[in-house]
Amino acid sequence: MREVRLSIVGFGVVGRGVTEVIRRKRAEIKEKFGLDLRVVAIVDLWGAVLASSDGKGGNEIDVDKVLDALQRGKADGLSPRESLETHGIKVEDMQSLEVIKEVEHDVMVEATPTNVESDGEPGTSHILEALKAGRHVVTSNKGPLALHFKKLMRAAERADRKIGFEATVGGAMPIISLREALAGNEILSIKGILNGTCNYILTRMSEENLPFEHALREAQEIGIAEADPKSDVLGVDTAVKLVILANALLGLDASYKDVSVTGITEITPEALNLAKNNGYVIKLIGEVDRDGKLEVAPKLVPKTHPLNVSGTLNAALLKTDLAGEIVVVGRGAGGVEAASAIIGDVIRIFRSS
Amino acid sequence: MKVSVDIELRDIPGQLVSALTPISELGGNIISVLHHRDRKTQRGTIPVQIVFDVEESKLAMLLRRLRERGITVVRVGTERLKEAALVLLIGHIVRSDVKELIDAVDKTGFAEVVELFLCMPAIEEKSAAALTIRAVGKDELEQALEILEGITRDKGILIVRPIEDELLA
Repeated sequence: MREVRLSIVGFGVVGRGVTEVIRRKRAEIKEKFGLDLRVVAIVDLWGAVLASSDGKGGNEIDVDKVLDALQRGKADGLSPRESLETHGIKVEDMQSLEVIKEVEHDVMVEATPTNVESDGEPGTSHILEALKAGRHVVTSNKGPLALHFKKLMRAAERADRKIGFEATVGGAMPIISLREALAGNEILSIKGILNGTCNYILTRMSEENLPFEHALREAQEIGIAEADPKSDVLGVDTAVKLVILANALLGLDASYKDVSVTGITEITPEALNLAKNNGYVIKLIGEVDRDGKLEVAPKLVPKTHPLNVSGTLNAALLKTDLAGEIVVVGRGAGGVEAASAIIGDVIRIFRSS
Repeated sequence: MKVSVDIELRDIPGQLVSALTPISELGGNIISVLHHRDRKTQRGTIPVQIVFDVEESKLAMLLRRLRERGITVVRVGTERLKEAALVLLIGHIVRSDVKELIDAVDKTGFAEVVELFLCMPAIEEKSAAALTIRAVGKDELEQALEILEGITRDKGILIVRPIEDELLA
């Protein structure tokens, strides 16, 4: 049995999803892979919860207690810190970088929100610091990977540690790990639907004949679109993911500014209708090939095409030299879905090392 | 029969006339000549695309005469408008002169707008149009789409193309 100590940096939807999945799957992972996953640190802007501060010399955080406290506190209108303290969990005044450096652990799960405007911070610093401290990294944070791919890969190589980033693209849909699954193949091009919010909006517009603004509002009301939906509907999020795929799967040296980006804000129900009458749907497609084409734009997709997936689903079509065409489809968003990708990365790292 | 021929000419005076002469000698009617100076090959030759009408029985003779003149024939497209694609336009299409768009494609000689569906929800709102474009070959179709893209970009109209490899048969 190998003990794997994790820190979770960023305790939002994804961080909690990971904790939840560890709680649910721990015994199974022990049995199947011989890995005992223990959360030893959780850190967010409100402070840090550490295994060592439970006063009993414990070597892991009681994740049940933490999740329970947060849930109850939220119902009482408390902040995360108040929720934890009210339920007898000690919150330390430690910052993320300090925790990454000082608390002994094996893998840092980086789940802070993506920030493409501010140079991918704080995620980039978290990742570099963790590698420097000799820890593996598994992240769902797109910004650092899209902006500093080469730099991060070099840092990991120097530190002889691994970076898992399956969760950055396509949520639960496996795509980064297709590198291993398709080993020996050259991946020639990728086309895909990489943003569930846009796909949901276009699906609803087409089904119900709704104008863009209505479908967007509906998506916001049910929590599929964020209050500030710009990054999604303008195609920025898709472009960022496309850059990660370009670098990780096609070996390009691409960055966000190389992508030609058109979003879905100009699409009208009339256009969707004309498409439908001619056997097509309109989808926001990210596309990259070996010649360096990097484009995000609404495209006509034949109704019978495998990329015609509806709702919040993501899908990708890869062209390879040996295997021909491969299609993957899956859920692109959600805490448990991202956690599925993160846990997979953690297991892969420790199974092979 | 309408024929589209891609040839390569050396970059010296008189080459184009030399290439066109056999076509008129055999009674062909030249529809368009595209001289791609900007796409000079690594060998230093200039690609030229000629679309013309000629009797089918005379095509083989014509190609022989071109070769005898030292002209490289890269490709011959004989089937008329065999490739097609649907594109959508979204924006103030009618107000910004839809005829100009159609003319720009039609006057290439190698591509035509063969179908147009237009939907105008309200006077001040954006219209949507579905255009079917046919062309003599895949390359020509791509060129026609690029021409359309150029014009629509200037007019602030969004163009939605089919995903690649999904051109209509």
